[in-house]
Amino acid sequence: MGKKRDTLGLVLVLASAAALMVALGMVFLYAPREATMGDVQRIFYFHVASAWVGFFAFFVTFLAGIGYLARGERRWDILALSSVEVGLTFIAMTVITGSLWARPVWGTYWTWEPRLTISAVQLLIYVAYGMLRASVESPERRARFAAVYGIVAFVTVPLSWFAIRWWRTIHPDIMTGGEGMAFTPKMGYTLLVSLVAFTLLYATLLRQRIRLERAADVLTRLRLRAQNIAK
Amino acid sequence: MKFLAKVWVIVVKDVAAELHTREMVSAMLVFAVLSLLIFSLALDLRGAVAPGVLWATVAFAGTLGLSRSLAREQQSGCIDGLLLAPVDRSAIFFGKALGNLIFMAVVEIVLLPLFSALFDVALLRPGVLLVVALGTLGYAAVGTLLASIAVNTRAREVMLPVLLLPLAIPLLIAAVQATGGLVEGASLGEVGGWLRLLVIYDLVVVAVAMLTYDYVVEE
Amino acid sequence: MIEVRELAKSFGPRAALAGVSFSVAAGESVAMVGPNGAGKTTLLRILATLTRPTSGAVYVAGLNLARSGGQARRHVGFLSHHTLLYEDLTAEQNLRFYARMYDLTDGPARVGELLERVGLAERRHDLVRTFSRGMQQRLAVARAVLHCPQVLLLDEPYTGLDPDAAQVLTALLAELMERGCAVLMTTHNLERGLASGGRMIVLVRGRIVHDEEQGVIDPATFPEIYRALTAI
Repeated sequence: MGKKRDTLGLVLVLASAAALMVALGMVFLYAPREATMGDVQRIFYFHVASAWVGFFAFFVTFLAGIGYLARGERRWDILALSSVEVGLTFIAMTVITGSLWARPVWGTYWTWEPRLTISAVQLLIYVAYGMLRASVESPERRARFAAVYGIVAFVTVPLSWFAIRWWRTIHPDIMTGGEGMAFTPKMGYTLLVSLVAFTLLYATLLRQRIRLERAADVLTRLRLRAQNIAK
Repeated sequence: MKFLAKVWVIVVKDVAAELHTREMVSAMLVFAVLSLLIFSLALDLRGAVAPGVLWATVAFAGTLGLSRSLAREQQSGCIDGLLLAPVDRSAIFFGKALGNLIFMAVVEIVLLPLFSALFDVALLRPGVLLVVALGTLGYAAVGTLLASIAVNTRAREVMLPVLLLPLAIPLLIAAVQATGGLVEGASLGEVGGWLRLLVIYDLVVVAVAMLTYDYVVEE
Repeated sequence: MIEVRELAKSFGPRAALAGVSFSVAAGESVAMVGPNGAGKTTLLRILATLTRPTSGAVYVAGLNLARSGGQARRHVGFLSHHTLLYEDLTAEQNLRFYARMYDLTDGPARVGELLERVGLAERRHDLVRTFSRGMQQRLAVARAVLHCPQVLLLDEPYTGLDPDAAQVLTALLAELMERGCAVLMTTHNLERGLASGGRMIVLVRGRIVHDEEQGVIDPATFPEIYRALTAI
């Protein structure tokens, strides 16, 4: 097998490093100071970017689940579980940044604001997905169950989103009735760059996680072969 | 027709088994009443909280029944018996889901009047019954799919609430909001948005379950 | 009736069956012996359409399982380690349920007939959970042959079977074979395999290492050969 240079992985690492640096620069230097909230608002860019990535990762898992059920090939399963792990990190970031933002601005660590709430829901689903995988012994069954759960879970997320939003329009949280943010074009560009940077970061981490899982598979196969020879 | 006939045979089988032992439904009922008791000790159950408590109780009691119903097929390898027969796997899904729906309905038939009487909330009106029917249908459908998965894991019954509850959120929000609205005197038209969401949820969930049940139930 | 070509089944990286080929004709009885873990149960489950093979072709009653698995189920009976009986239903309710699952036109009559045959007619209205193990096994046999299958698969059928049930089973098998049913039985007990009187296939670690007509096998020398085959 030998050591191969992972060019794609390297490119991704460099690209996301560069993009993140640009994003950081824009967030702190280019984007204007927000009128009502002040500098704390700058967390918004990473909060929204990680929320987007969290959802996107879930979408990838959904597609990978369909791919696995259709083809039965391990690589779809690897994609699904890798996307969940990486997505979990981003969703956790969403929830944490949301909480950190809420405290100085609204005086509370948690608000049932739609985006934050749906992120919390996705977080729970991700965790459930992980627990499901951990609880099934046979690798083939694990992949199949995870695929089905990924599909049915993803499908309920848009429904949850609508339900939460309507709920919040009827019972607005005193804290977040309307975003209360003055949005300027400069903020728009910064947000866009942040989204791109985080998506690149997701791709980088995803690639590494996939390679890690493939290596684990090779190890398992070698171990089994060694055991058989020993018999 | 054969498909529907087999679905019905499975439902009848489950109901017959339950009639012999009455374990599952009685456990669900006792649990539901106990939850009601605990909730009423902890909260003031008049007003806006009542619909939420109702649906939370239904959801939790529901997981008991769902787990038990699918566990019955694990006993003595009975699920293999079903898989050996020339029957569509989705017929097995519909049969189990319909059976679970019936058991949840039985519990609700007792729970709703009890709730209404104890907490002075008018639940026995057609609008609310419609919401309860739609909500229970969706819950039974997605619950049967997930219970079929859960029962095959190491954690078994414990896994079901973990898997099911996050996915039931749209259903629970819609059901609670619709119930609450109707109880406060809103017309069906006014809670129409929530009803539509319930119907869409039910359709989506049943469709996904139908398409994926094969993969869940095979070895 | 049964035709298997290059059948392979892997669970992840572990190969349970590694290229198995054989066939069983109508009216033939085959005993498949092998140590635990040889893949016997896996093979039966594939033939019963409960599991899908990783590769290879399987034909049961002339039907390709990969394409017409659903139809093939009508012709296959499976007697497993588990009874496949609902404990909360009566004996009659169990059999009637399966009769309807198999679309039997004369369901109630057939159920009555089999209950008599396995000696459980008086207990037909009793819950299966009240049955002794031997009674449950007899009922399980009835369930397996309810739909007059052309292929009967039995997974270690005589293990832990009480003498009454064993007698019932042997008699039923003889009858079925006369009617042209193909019988494939697995056992890890060599004596039992030899006693079955039919053809013997030895399965070791997912491969067939021996396939012999009973008539050719000398019960005196075979145990030695068997020990050698399974020691590899």
